[in-house]
Amino acid sequence: VARASYGKLLSILSARSGDIMAAEDALADAFRLALESWPIHGVPKNPEGWLVTTAKNRRIDAMRRTARAPMVPIDDHLDIAEPQKEDEEMPDRRLSLLFVCSHPAIDRGIHTPLMLQTVLGFEAADIARSFLISPTAIAQRLVRAKQKIKDAKISFKIPERSDMPARLEAVMEAVYGAYSLGWMNDRDAKDMTGEALYLAELLAGLMPQEAEASGLAALIGFSHSRRNARLIDGVFVALDEQDSGLWDKPAIMRAEAHLKHAASLTKFGRFQLEAAIQSIYAKRLDGTGTDWRAILHLTEGLVKYWPTVGALTNRAAIVAEVFGPEAGLNALDSIAQNSIRAFQPAHATRAHLLVRVGKIADAILSYDKAISLTTELSVRRWLEQRKTALQAQAT
Amino acid sequence: MRYTFLLYSDPAMAANMGPDDWAREKEVYGAYIGALNEAGVFVDTDWLQPVETATTVSFEDGKPRIQDGPFAATRETLGGTFVINVPDLDAALEWAKKCPAAQYGKVEVRASAMGEG
Repeated sequence: VARASYGKLLSILSARSGDIMAAEDALADAFRLALESWPIHGVPKNPEGWLVTTAKNRRIDAMRRTARAPMVPIDDHLDIAEPQKEDEEMPDRRLSLLFVCSHPAIDRGIHTPLMLQTVLGFEAADIARSFLISPTAIAQRLVRAKQKIKDAKISFKIPERSDMPARLEAVMEAVYGAYSLGWMNDRDAKDMTGEALYLAELLAGLMPQEAEASGLAALIGFSHSRRNARLIDGVFVALDEQDSGLWDKPAIMRAEAHLKHAASLTKFGRFQLEAAIQSIYAKRLDGTGTDWRAILHLTEGLVKYWPTVGALTNRAAIVAEVFGPEAGLNALDSIAQNSIRAFQPAHATRAHLLVRVGKIADAILSYDKAISLTTELSVRRWLEQRKTALQAQAT
Repeated sequence: MRYTFLLYSDPAMAANMGPDDWAREKEVYGAYIGALNEAGVFVDTDWLQPVETATTVSFEDGKPRIQDGPFAATRETLGGTFVINVPDLDAALEWAKKCPAAQYGKVEVRASAMGEG
């Protein structure tokens, strides 16, 4: 059964009882029974319907076995009278699961792993390996989150209109988290951005009226399209140095389509703006070069509404492309120095710009600072190569 | 500058871990040590026996006092250490953030008092 099915089945099973762990157990049971039964009796006409019905029956059996007193109500929410019909179209309840996983009562740090596990069916150990965090710790935190969802009765209902903006923001943050965590770690990074893209496109498909959901799918799509160009022989390759022939053209076209759809809804937002910037970079494929003025224009908009350290640093790099490296360095100096003291991209940008104005000794100092702040090996190698080239040139 | 990471965590977490869990845990720490090594900042690391096996040495009225047990009883105990060599605290903190123990416990970062080395 494909990846799409796991989340669909689990969301149907857990939405009724609010008990994700019991639903996981019942589903695992159903899969085991399917492996026994299908080779003998053939694959049922509606495999998903078969799995849901079987899982529900297994749950009822399990509860009967564990119910101590006969008068104990088995489960208020479980709809025993209405088993899933074999030929019924499977409803898609994954959206409720996405909202539950990123509920404000659940620790933010576990939103992304919870989504990867429940919606995509990842094992805790695989999530830990991808993100380089302790498997035991993450397994325990996942169990605690699911226990809380059950005990605190966190609702599987789609949020009301008044709650929607904040709740959707949390879902998107968690999806974005899967993408940025996957991107940051060298190991398995390609795979994880693919999973993040899957989640983003799922969300965009389930909420076609939300412009930012499509904006996020576009943003992650553009980034994912460059996965094969970003790392060559274990060394990071900056966007403007990438071989655009290695970019995934169908992925770019899909991202463009998401962005176009988002724009048609005329509801401006951060992810759309960032995706629009990525879209201009992608135009390099047409052989027309990069329109830095257009990128600067959009970046100014981003900085105006969301002046993060990353956006401000990026703006300085783009100012340098349009108005020259001196202007870029001035833009860097205008950022509160306290906020970028330990921010690696700011030091790397400063180093690149100092090289362009011929201040080699200062550039080497900035490279040293940037390198000391870099924990990803591929980026470290890239910065070290630049620094070494500079030293060779200086002597 | 040499910095030492003191890895504090709740020993209860390890109580129910089986051999597979330990193997996976070691894999993650192995990757972290690999990253430190490849960056050329690794100095040393150690994984300590449980806190119950601690012996505390102090002086009382000028006489050494050897005490069976840890210095302070808290839920989180010292479980291991890393020593790395990086230019400054900013860099040490970046590596501490990447330490697996930061995910489930606390990583205390302290500069060496012995100067450069």
